[in-house]
Amino acid sequence: MENEARRAVADTYQREWARVLAATIRTARDLDLAEEAVQDAFAEALTTWERDGVPKNPGAWLTTAAKRRALDSLRRASTYRMKLQLLVEPEHREGDDAELVTADTGGGDVVADDTMRLVFMCCHPSLSSEAQMALTLRLVCGMTTTDIARCFLVSESTMSARLTRAKKKISIARIPFQVPGPADLPGRLGAVLGVIYLLFTIGHTAPTGEELMKKETVGEALRLALLLHELVPERAEVDGLLALLLVNDARQASRLSVDGRSQRISEQDRSAWDHAAILEARELIAGHVQAEHPDQYTLQASIALLHAEAPTYDEVDWREIVRLYDQLLLAWPSPVVQLNRAVALAKTRGPQAALDVVVGLEDDGQLNRYQYLPAVKAYLLDQLGRSDEAHAARTRAFELAANEVERDFILRQND
Amino acid sequence: MTEYAILLYANRDDLVGDGDGTEREEHDRYSEEMQEGGTMIAAFALESYETATSIRAGGITDGPFIEAKEVVLGFYVIEATDLDAALTEARRNPIIHQGGGVEVRPVEGFVVRPTSTE
Repeated sequence: MENEARRAVADTYQREWARVLAATIRTARDLDLAEEAVQDAFAEALTTWERDGVPKNPGAWLTTAAKRRALDSLRRASTYRMKLQLLVEPEHREGDDAELVTADTGGGDVVADDTMRLVFMCCHPSLSSEAQMALTLRLVCGMTTTDIARCFLVSESTMSARLTRAKKKISIARIPFQVPGPADLPGRLGAVLGVIYLLFTIGHTAPTGEELMKKETVGEALRLALLLHELVPERAEVDGLLALLLVNDARQASRLSVDGRSQRISEQDRSAWDHAAILEARELIAGHVQAEHPDQYTLQASIALLHAEAPTYDEVDWREIVRLYDQLLLAWPSPVVQLNRAVALAKTRGPQAALDVVVGLEDDGQLNRYQYLPAVKAYLLDQLGRSDEAHAARTRAFELAANEVERDFILRQND
Repeated sequence: MTEYAILLYANRDDLVGDGDGTEREEHDRYSEEMQEGGTMIAAFALESYETATSIRAGGITDGPFIEAKEVVLGFYVIEATDLDAALTEARRNPIIHQGGGVEVRPVEGFVVRPTSTE
């Protein structure tokens, strides 16, 4: 019983944090108060569920508990409340009390909408892009400050101060808890797309811990991408991002072997991939990929699709992939893209040409804490028969990797 | 409702109002609209930055406090439901297409004494 409750709480935290928080913000209209109420509700769940069993709908139970706690605090502090900078109310307020009572019915659409509001609030252009990402990870994903600090390669105290500043700005400047209207929406998309992409990247390879993927984070990213796609149909970047997420998700089942070990794409069982999702992704980007300057998400989706659609690993069209990476570098001049391009380059122009690029990136220094740089370097050095240097590079990759599954993968290569 | 101060900035070499007066007229029109709409609570147009005097612990110096290419021309205070509403209002400011820009800051509090009539 005790373990079951614990597992259920941990599971609900991963799956439902954003929805519970978003719904509580509606009631509390104050970020700190809402966060505190949600955290208390999770603590309450632990003892109550151990005693009474896990409720049928844990998310709804937590939402009700968190809202009640928020309301209690507001009532207790009713005089203080007058001075409190309340968050801007979302449009539909009438239903709030009713929702509190009937929370057990779920009400998917409204809640999903609240998560989107939370995302747009976190991605408001009056916040720096670092703050936008950090806030989204904290508020939408419920990630700890420690983990966020690690993602950004900064100290925990720096990250904690950054989050506090950002939350203060939301409250004092009254950044609204809402999805912007049609006039503002296009200008706001870039940041939101960037954050959904980041969620997906982090979920795809969880920065710390024992599982390679945090399915819930990937699931949340995919859900937000779908929602955004509904909100803003037929926009290249939105379609591209959704396609990219679909393709990668389609391959998710085969990324780990049966014993939970990381598998190279060349070793994966292609028949286990979700080919319907791959087809859907292809249709999404079909109209955008021929544009003169496709956006970065459409290009990344195209690259992922070339991998996904090849019947076998040996039939992957590497020349086309290198060409797409060249285009991607124009849309997104990032050293990470150059590193990925180097892997494809090894296939078309050999490991030495690729290694030259990687060494150039290494000298550049921007990726000196990025575990995949020494990992790629080791892979190329191996092909050139320089196994001692490969071993050293792999050791470096191991030192930088914080995810247990990836550490295990690197370690196996060095055995 | 929250009060927001909107600060107007322009390049000091390219100040509004140097031309044939149409730029100034745009500002007057914008100001009247905000007054009629009840959005604007107060507005202050400042004299040229050359008339400014700055005081630090080290003493008094001439000119604006910050030595930058841009200077503050004035500011006004509006009332808006949230930051998005304030930004929508501020974006209409003619200074933006006249080569300058604005900064929007929430107001923590303010006191205005009625102007003396004498």
